[in-house]
Amino acid sequence: MGGTWGRFNIAAIVLGFAFLYLPILLLVVYSFNESRLVTVWAGFSTRWYASLLSNDGLMDAAWVTARVAFISATVATVLGTMAAVALTRYTRFRGRLLFSGLIFAPLVMPEVITGLSLLLLFVAVGLDRGFVTVTLAHITFSMCFVAVVVQSRLVSFDRSLEEAAMDLGATPLRAFFQVTLPIIMPAVISGWMLAFTLSLDDLVIASFTSGPGATTLPMKIYSQVRLGVTPEINAVSTILIGIVALGVIAASIVNKRRDVLRRREENLARERGEG
Amino acid sequence: MGRLFSALGSRLVIAVPYLWLFVFFLVPFFIVLKISLSQTAVAIPPYLPVFGLDEGFAGLVRNLRELSFENYLWLLGDPLYLNAYLSSLWIAAVSTILTLLIGYPIAHGMARAPLALRPVLLMLVILPFWTSFLIRVYAWIGILKPEGLLNQLLLFLGVIDQPLVIINTTTAIYIGIVYSYLPFMVLPLYATLEKMDYTLIEAAQDLGCTPIAAFWKITLPLSLPGVVAGSMLVFIPAVGEFVIPDLLGGSGTLMIGKTLWSEFFSNRDWPVSSAVAVILLLILVAPIVYFQRAQARARERA
Repeated sequence: MGGTWGRFNIAAIVLGFAFLYLPILLLVVYSFNESRLVTVWAGFSTRWYASLLSNDGLMDAAWVTARVAFISATVATVLGTMAAVALTRYTRFRGRLLFSGLIFAPLVMPEVITGLSLLLLFVAVGLDRGFVTVTLAHITFSMCFVAVVVQSRLVSFDRSLEEAAMDLGATPLRAFFQVTLPIIMPAVISGWMLAFTLSLDDLVIASFTSGPGATTLPMKIYSQVRLGVTPEINAVSTILIGIVALGVIAASIVNKRRDVLRRREENLARERGEG
Repeated sequence: MGRLFSALGSRLVIAVPYLWLFVFFLVPFFIVLKISLSQTAVAIPPYLPVFGLDEGFAGLVRNLRELSFENYLWLLGDPLYLNAYLSSLWIAAVSTILTLLIGYPIAHGMARAPLALRPVLLMLVILPFWTSFLIRVYAWIGILKPEGLLNQLLLFLGVIDQPLVIINTTTAIYIGIVYSYLPFMVLPLYATLEKMDYTLIEAAQDLGCTPIAAFWKITLPLSLPGVVAGSMLVFIPAVGEFVIPDLLGGSGTLMIGKTLWSEFFSNRDWPVSSAVAVILLLILVAPIVYFQRAQARARERA
């Protein structure tokens, strides 16, 4: 197989990844630039990181964003996992077509439409715009992403395990929590992380649904970017990229370790069974 | 008892997320529709009420009479909006094709990479998706500016003697969309290409087919589901894109997401921005339904 990996394929991959990573790399490099002019290199410096710490508006926004992201990701993971179970386990119920439509449509729906429609809902029911409304909005679109991630894992899940547990007397609820959930856990965790980063990242929907007291970090960054490129934004961006990269790497290490552990347990069980 | 719980549990598993999406995703569209038929008013919220149920049936009838399609007539009569819709569709279509042309070789290369390398490559495609969209768009401002890094490089290499004007043009929007949505194209393409049986290609080549002919006759047709899924995932959100045209396209470029945003935030005209949203949704309904059907089919096959 390795022999068929031609020169063209290798070139496509190298160029493709250069295209994907070079802009991010440049952004990170220039966050350590001494000069206020972002594109002129004037020596290494961490002064922009230091000046971030004294930027109260930015720090407040970061705190709001972290709380919104944490709460919305957690609720979205519960709802999204339920939706994924509903979609894979119950192939026939009334309104299933609408249900799957409601799951898939938000994935591609332009954010301006989702944002505007949620705002009008909140206004219609008289809910004041702020922390709560942003969180509700974020739960709504990110639960669909969680549902898709978890569903793709559930589809390949061997149901006989769960049935075996129930044959041995476990209630469906217990079977789910003790057999199914541990197995689909990697997907649930990556669903949570995806929901968290989506919320961390969202500008458009937050701009529509947030009120004066709850400016999120992307809203803050956006208003500064409109005024021009500054090394300070590069520094915030670098920190955000760093956090996300650490999270993703940590999660993949944890997943890998779980995999190894599981395989070892399976082997052990098999050996015992044979012996 | 257990069975009772199980039945109740299965109901709950369906009902809770269903109800949530119903209330927070479906109902809002009807509110948008309703307000798009209303009139702008100097009030909080800034529109005249329609279909309010608080005045009973008589009030409902009166409100229904006040319904107006004026916003729609206005939208259709103003060439600005029509141009914004058309140019959004055009920009999204061109960007989708560009993303496909760039994404396909990458996905193809990944699918034929040594087996041990594939998870790493897959991870590397997904990773940029995890980093903030806004930040990735922002990164391009520093690159594309007249005094930006790309122009510096090209001037240094002597390729050009005048800085290129890229930022605040449609070209910058294309670059932004291709860059931001590339993972959405590569992932479905990779999924179909990876499952493909490559012995088919070998057989074709043994029978005298050139590699290029084999690609056109076998690889491409077999990867069509991935092409469709990837194109939909890029095209649909790109039509309503706001951040990219706003930050990279400047004030001279026209896209409907930007129009809706400024109607809402600058002009504070909620009914007109609702009408803009309704028409945008009507344009996108066909591709969205198509996308959802294709997804459902793909899932059933799996």
